[in-house]
Amino acid sequence: MEQKTKVNAEEGKQELLITREFDLPLELLFKAYVEPEIVEQWMGTNVLKLESKNHGSYQFETKDDKGKVMFKANGVIHELVTNKIITRTFQMENTSFPVQLEYLEFEELTDQTSKLEIKIVFKSIEDRNQLMKLPFTYGLNMAHNRLQDIVKKLK
Amino acid sequence: MELRRDPFQALADPTRRAIITLVALQAMTPGAIAENFDSSRQTISKHIQILTECELLEKEQEGREIYYLLNPQKIKEIADFIEPFRKLWDDRFNKLEAIMKQHQLKK
Repeated sequence: MEQKTKVNAEEGKQELLITREFDLPLELLFKAYVEPEIVEQWMGTNVLKLESKNHGSYQFETKDDKGKVMFKANGVIHELVTNKIITRTFQMENTSFPVQLEYLEFEELTDQTSKLEIKIVFKSIEDRNQLMKLPFTYGLNMAHNRLQDIVKKLK
Repeated sequence: MELRRDPFQALADPTRRAIITLVALQAMTPGAIAENFDSSRQTISKHIQILTECELLEKEQEGREIYYLLNPQKIKEIADFIEPFRKLWDDRFNKLEAIMKQHQLKK
């Protein structure tokens, strides 16, 4: 099966390119990025604030079942051109990760398909590589937690 | 068979990830691994086989017993690799697509 989402991280560069083609008209794809209720659904996070306009800002927060904050991030929207461009910063709170700059470009392919290209620029190559390793580490931690649950049930 | 040798495919399964975490602590016999799960010994043995095929686990013969241990080199290769990151975004975008298709229908 062909991979719909492509990630390109060139060695020795502090940037990252994510591209994805959607089976959606351009307007709907863009809408999924600017309407808070919709962002909440697909990002799986609470949107505390999302001002989709030039010089607007945003804030995301994810809580676990017990209401403990697991993830908090914020940024400013530097530029927004409807159905075309969002240029924004992104920073995870309470982590050592420096702020990153994100260029989002939306493009119409046909009247029913569209493409999104995200270029992320990091402070350093190490920061980029660290961030990309997060989902793997998280996956192993999840496995570990699940294992602990299994062990507990056995007792 | 091709899929089985893909370590990412192997790690996509929660039981196999749990086996990895177990074996990461110490080398274990298939029997000792299976004791940690509700699944049958055959099922666990199949999981171990898949993990061995994609070189995440290594076999070691000690007397009559076979012990399985983690191949840290392979794990590191994957940790350095971008697939889990790509998968995360792919899942998110799939969700976005599904939600917006629903959205479109409602109109």
